[in-house]
Formats: sequence, C-alpha cells, structure tokens
Amino acid sequence: MDALLNPAFGSVVWATVSFLVVLFLLRKMAWGPILQGLKDREEEIEGALNAAKEARAEIQNLQSDNERLLQEARAERDGMLRDARDMADKLVADAKQTAKDEGERMIDQAKQAIDGERAAAVAELKAEVAKLSLEIAEKLVRQELKDGGAQQELIGRMISDSKLN
Amino acid sequence: MISLLSRFKRCMFKGLTLGFVFGAIGTASASGADHSEAGFNPSEFIIHHIQDAHEIHIIGDVHIPLPVIAYAPESGQFDIFLSSALHHGAHHGSSGLWYTMDHGTLAAYDHDPSGHDHGAHDHGDHGADHAEEDHVGHDHETHHAGGVEIVDLSITKSIFGMLLMMGLVLVLFASAARGYAKRKGQAPKGLQNALEPMVLFIRDEVAIPSIGEKKAERYLPFLLTVFFFIFFSNLLGLIPFVGGFNITGTLGITAVLATLVFVITTVSGNKHYWSHILWPAGVPLPIKFILVPIEIASIFIKPFVLMVRLTANITAGHIIILAFTSLIFILGEQFGGGVGIGTGVFSTLFMIFMYMIEFLVAFLQAYVFTLLAALYFGEATHEAHH
Repeated sequence: MDALLNPAFGSVVWATVSFLVVLFLLRKMAWGPILQGLKDREEEIEGALNAAKEARAEIQNLQSDNERLLQEARAERDGMLRDARDMADKLVADAKQTAKDEGERMIDQAKQAIDGERAAAVAELKAEVAKLSLEIAEKLVRQELKDGGAQQELIGRMISDSKLN
Repeated sequence: MISLLSRFKRCMFKGLTLGFVFGAIGTASASGADHSEAGFNPSEFIIHHIQDAHEIHIIGDVHIPLPVIAYAPESGQFDIFLSSALHHGAHHGSSGLWYTMDHGTLAAYDHDPSGHDHGAHDHGDHGADHAEEDHVGHDHETHHAGGVEIVDLSITKSIFGMLLMMGLVLVLFASAARGYAKRKGQAPKGLQNALEPMVLFIRDEVAIPSIGEKKAERYLPFLLTVFFFIFFSNLLGLIPFVGGFNITGTLGITAVLATLVFVITTVSGNKHYWSHILWPAGVPLPIKFILVPIEIASIFIKPFVLMVRLTANITAGHIIILAFTSLIFILGEQFGGGVGIGTGVFSTLFMIFMYMIEFLVAFLQAYVFTLLAALYFGEATHEAHH
C-alpha cells in the first residue's frame, strides 16, 4: 500500500530522464518528419484542389467567352443580314423610283413628240387643204371665166365683196 | 466545458471507488494477517500485481529478474545486481553492503541481516511477514540493525515496462516517419497509414481546438509523446501473463508526466494567463481575495488531479479484473472446487466485459490526459481578446 501511494524516487528519476530523452528523440526522428509530412501533404492536396477549382473557373470563363463570342457573331450576322436586306430594299426602291421617273420622262417625251407630230400633221394637212382649195378654186375660176361676162360679173362681185377702205 | 465537468465527476467517482477498494483491501489485509499464511490472500495477490516490483512475475514461481541499482549517498557507491540475488536471503553487494527485499522495499545493511542479528530482531524467514504486519516504515527500518540509507534506482517492473513502451513508441513512429520522407507526396501506406489517423486525431481534435492552430505546433511533440506513451502503456497493462504491468498506475511515472505538464504550463503562461490568476479583471475586490488563492491553488491542483486520475483509473481497472480473478479462488477455497468453477464462469464473463471497458479506458485516459494537458497549455497561451 505504501509503495502504491507514494511515488518512488527511483521511478521518478527514471521516468523523468527517459521521458525527456524519448521526447527529444521522437521530436527529432518522428514528430518532426511526420507533422511536416502531413503538413506538406495537406498543402499539396489543398494546392491541387485549388488548381482544380481554378481550372474549372477557367473553363467556365472560356465557355462564357465562347458563348459571348457566339452571341456577338450571331448579332453581327443578324446585323449584316439586316443591313443587306435594307440595302436590297433601298436598291429596289431606288430602281423603282428611277424606273418610274424614266418612264414618266419617256411618257412626257412621247407626249411632246406626239403633240409635235400632230401639230406638224395638222399644219401639213392645212397646207394640203389650202393647196387643194386653191387648185379647186383655180379650176373653178378657170371654168367660170371661160366666157367674158361671167368673168366681169365675178370680178364685180368680188370687188363688191371686198370692201375697200 | 460541461463534458469536461462530467468527465471530471466520473473520474472523481472512479477515484472514490478506488478509495473504497483500497479501504476494503486494507481491512482485508489487516484481518487476513491474523489468519494463516497458507490460504489465498486476495489483498496480497492484488497488491502484488498492481504494485511496482523488482522483478517481472510471469506465472506461478516464474520470474524475470530485473537489475537492482542501489546508490548509497554516504559512501557514494553504486551497487548493481539482479533481483534474483535477493530471493534467498540477503545479497552482499560489491560495495560491501548487504541488501534485502521486504515486499518490494529494498533495504541495505552494513552487515548480513540474516546473520547474528537473527535472534534479536526476529528477522529471517518470517521477517518479511513481520515487516508487513506492523507496517514498518523505511526510515524506521534503516535505523534498525545497522541499516544504511540508500537510494533505490532499480529498473523496476514499471520502469522496465515504461522503457519498453517508450522504445516501442520510438521505433514505431521513427519507422513510420521514414514513410513521409520516402514516399513524399504519396498516399500513406502500412505502418504510416495505421498510425497517421491517431496522430491526426491528436493534432486536429485535441491540440488545435485547445491551443489554436499556430501555437499548437510547439506543444504537439509533447502531447503526441504523452498520448502514445500512456496509450501503449495502458494497453501493455491489459495483456495477461506478461508480468501484469501497471505502468500508468505507478505514481512515480504519472507524477513525472503531470509535473512536466505543470512545468510547461507555468513556463509558457503569458501575461493574460497570470493576470487572470493573480488579478482577475471584472471581479469585485472582496471576491478577489477568495478567488486568487483558489486560482493559485488550481495551478497545482490541476496537474495533481491529472496524475491521480490516470493512476487511479488504470489501477482501478487492474484491481477490478484481479478482484474477479480472486473471487474464483476465494469461493473455491471456501466452498469447494465446484463453486470455484461456477464462479470462474461468471467471473470470466465479467472479466471479458471488464476487459472491453478497460480497452476503452486505456484509450480514454490517454485521451483525457492529453486533452487536459492541451487545454492547460491553451489556457496558458491564450491571448486576451475581451
């Protein structure tokens, strides 16, 4: 009982010495390398995890970049299409306008030409009619004036008709 | 904190149980001494097993002798011999002193105590029994019959076991540590893989939560050493027929562990720690007069309790298992072999149960000791932030 409840001096000495020696040795030979190894490994794992996370983020970035590029390309295509359509519309409209203007101009020209032609025709007809009339008149006059009396009468009628002022 | 308290309470309870068991053994030995020396004496049996000894008892009369190292301060001489030399009477050491072993206590004389003093002092064959009966103290005995003051530095059973376990821890972890250098950056393998979870457990569940990530590094070597030494020693004590080691139930060894915790705590105590003890802030002056002595006492009580808890728990576990072993012999002796065998079945079943619990306790006590040590270190290095 006595020995059980009193720390024996010898065991205290041995325990102190051996514990301190073992603590020193373990620290040098075991705990140092083990704890350092654990730390290194944890850092490595963490580094790898972070790298994976970064890579994932990068991929996501790339994907969103691609998406953005695609969007841009699509928008550009749409824009180009719209432009082209607008231009085509404009061209058609311009062409129509030009055609219309040209047509109008041509119609006007034609009208003028027709008017001119008609006037010329009318004038020619008039001249023809006058000529014919003169010929008729000449023939008539010649017929009338075969005898002298008639000639005298006619001259007289004509003189009386034309009022001399 | 609550879990800590309940743990403390449980330990107190166990300590109390131990006290009762000790008390019971004490009365048993007192009454047992009056009876014949031939019968089975359970208290002697149990005490013999849990007490430190100068030899390793295997089974029956088979002992492994251990070296006895005695230092005589008067002459400044060492005597080293095997304990087997003390089995038959006194041993005459090379320094000229005579040594005897009385129930685990080494005594030295300047003459042969079994010689001419035999008649006068009733020593000899029954001298050992006599010494136990009236419990003669060591000092008292040395003054008798030319006794010489010596310091017993023997490699006792517990010290031998302690050295064995320290060697084992050293070899295991040093070889596991090689794995980290050899297979750097790879997954752990073999021994390294087996021990790593425990190291991680101490680091991540004990040291870092108690002390803090940065400061824990300084204390980890001590905490790891303490944990594995206690754990392995506890386990060695559970192996039957290898001498009934009770390393962590030896007060001398646990006292050293607790003292180291005390020294480290005291040395690493910062301003905040000491101001908290010596002049607690935010406490009314009259209370301070009560609180400060308590706090100062607690500096010493904490490691003391640490020591008692570990010793008592481990010893109690051994005592319970031994008590149930004894029960077989007591009842067998009292009521005959049949009852002994019947009790044996019951006792064995209960001992299997107790062994399971002791396995848990072996781990738990190592864990509790380490955790509390870590908490004390954490307390001592905690920075003020309120």
